[in-house]
Amino acid sequence: MAERRNDNKNEPWRDPSAQAYVEIQNVTKRFGDFVAVNNVSLKIYQHEIFCLLGGSGCGKTTLLRMLAGFEAPTSGRILIDGKDMAETPPYERPTNMMFQSYALFPHMSVAKNVSFGLEQEKLPKAEIAQRVDEILDIVKMREYAQRKPHQLSGGQRQRVALARALAKRPKLLLLDEPLGALDKKLREQTQFELINIQERLGVTFVVVTHDQEEAMTLASRIGVMNRGEIVQVGTPSEIYEFPSTRFVADFIGSVNMFEGRLIEDLPDRVRISSPELGGVVYVDHGISAAPGANVWAAIRPEKITLSRAAPADASENCARGIVKEIAYMGDLSIYLVKIESGKMVRITMPNVERLAEHERILWDEQVYLSWHSSSPVVLTQ
Amino acid sequence: MRLKGRHWFSKTGLWLGLAFLYVPIISMIVFSFNNSRLVTVWDAANSPTLKWYGELFANDQIMGAAWLSIRIAAMTATGAVILGTLAGLVLVRFGPFRGRALLSGMTTAPLVMPEVITGLSLLLLFVALQQLIGWPQSRDVTTITIAHITFSMAYVTIVVQSRLAGFDNSLEEAALDLGAKPGKVFFRITLPLIVPAILSGWLLAFTLSWDDVVVSQFVAGPGSTTLPMVIFSKVRLGVSPDVNALATIMVLIVATGVVVSAIWMRRQERRRAREMQMAVAANK
Repeated sequence: MAERRNDNKNEPWRDPSAQAYVEIQNVTKRFGDFVAVNNVSLKIYQHEIFCLLGGSGCGKTTLLRMLAGFEAPTSGRILIDGKDMAETPPYERPTNMMFQSYALFPHMSVAKNVSFGLEQEKLPKAEIAQRVDEILDIVKMREYAQRKPHQLSGGQRQRVALARALAKRPKLLLLDEPLGALDKKLREQTQFELINIQERLGVTFVVVTHDQEEAMTLASRIGVMNRGEIVQVGTPSEIYEFPSTRFVADFIGSVNMFEGRLIEDLPDRVRISSPELGGVVYVDHGISAAPGANVWAAIRPEKITLSRAAPADASENCARGIVKEIAYMGDLSIYLVKIESGKMVRITMPNVERLAEHERILWDEQVYLSWHSSSPVVLTQ
Repeated sequence: MRLKGRHWFSKTGLWLGLAFLYVPIISMIVFSFNNSRLVTVWDAANSPTLKWYGELFANDQIMGAAWLSIRIAAMTATGAVILGTLAGLVLVRFGPFRGRALLSGMTTAPLVMPEVITGLSLLLLFVALQQLIGWPQSRDVTTITIAHITFSMAYVTIVVQSRLAGFDNSLEEAALDLGAKPGKVFFRITLPLIVPAILSGWLLAFTLSWDDVVVSQFVAGPGSTTLPMVIFSKVRLGVSPDVNALATIMVLIVATGVVVSAIWMRRQERRRAREMQMAVAANK
């Protein structure tokens, strides 16, 4: 993950006086009876990479298309740079978009594709040529300038699409699943290049993706969407470590969820009795929920420790079970353990050492699961 | 052996089929070089001869009719392409609107409408219009062209529609996004991409107009006799050999057009394949 420095300059959303570059105010979009985007409000700041993350049909692309001006909100307002965009057609907005299909003009060469936007601004020919060269250099496609799109590979097309969208030096670049069509290796490589280009040019990115890994790598902040609504907005680590709902916890990474009841609720610690776990979950931080309320303790698979011997204090944050499945993934192994209550729990363990066959935990072995009291996240909805 | 038998059978079928299609045309071409005035008698002593071709080019009526037909076909094709492209655009682009099914049905109805009925109804319309608003004053080139446009436009609409159906909408959105106004988007992006469909629509409309005789018969007036009408009337008076010569020239023109366009298409395809190979090699 691309860690950013933790001050207000890089995290303008923590500064209440900061001016948002894009402001989405109570935007709703209906197609007939179907509500694609439901009362979404968002602030996006300059130089951010903001990812809209969600499954298919969650409204993320519709929201992006409203920013570009291809769809008009049914209600609500969109402000870019303080200006209401309601009456501004796509060809007058300070935004450019990179399409999921890349939408390269098939009858024009790479150079012509990139210069198309500049020609609309009626710039002098020499300046257009210079800026096309410049941007093709940035995406390392200069030697392909005279090729037609059908003569390029998928990765090259993606670069040209990016160059074309950046050529007009937009303040806001909208990217619709920018890496969706690339294979895994190329995608990882391109993610970092995107970040580099964004930092170099100082453009604000709004990226739509369904790929949580992509969002985690690229984003300064992520807005998780579900059924047309923004469920949570936060930095990648906030979203991963402190999901606000069960949907977010489940959507980002994988998680073990234990339903239970609050039996102790103090400002600095809580205890949850969970029949699903067959024990008590002790959490070393307070939460805001009514005592006796139904809650869920969410624990990430990598935060659970697997051992043959019982931990020193087995009264809390502990369970016993039988290993049912092991998946060896190379860098880590995934274990599925059936605990005594009958629930299956997922645990991942990094393969730090090359263990001999007899040292590894194997199928049908009895094991103990335990975790630190800071690991569980308590969710009320 | 059985295999060989089947081979023999399919070969015979092929040659019979080809003969069925082309023997009449070949005999017509051969007889166009016949010296005899009697169409069915081969004058072996003085043939082949270009006598009828000479007579044909000296015949002002036929030459005039041919020129008229070419003009009408060109105007028809151009008009049909403009209207047909617009109809195709509306049908594909404007999504479901009120009356869409009706418009779609109506643009394609002329495809199955008997030509006699198309011709008759157009004639009635022109006569009624003349009485009501005084236009068209007479039935001439204009009325023939209008009539030809009405039935050939349907073909253009269908060709353009099928081309647009496979068109990625985001191409136009991308152009808008890059700052081009809708009119410019149409001329810089949409039009160049549907040009092949428009060209083939134009050629189709041209040939439809070029050989139409039924509809023309209804809406033509004195002094606006098209080439097919001339041939038709000549044949009714008795087949004269210069018609053979005329038909041979027409076949030749059409065949040349087909062969040239086929070669051009093959070349384009080959070039594309070569470029693709180069691109793949460059990526390695």
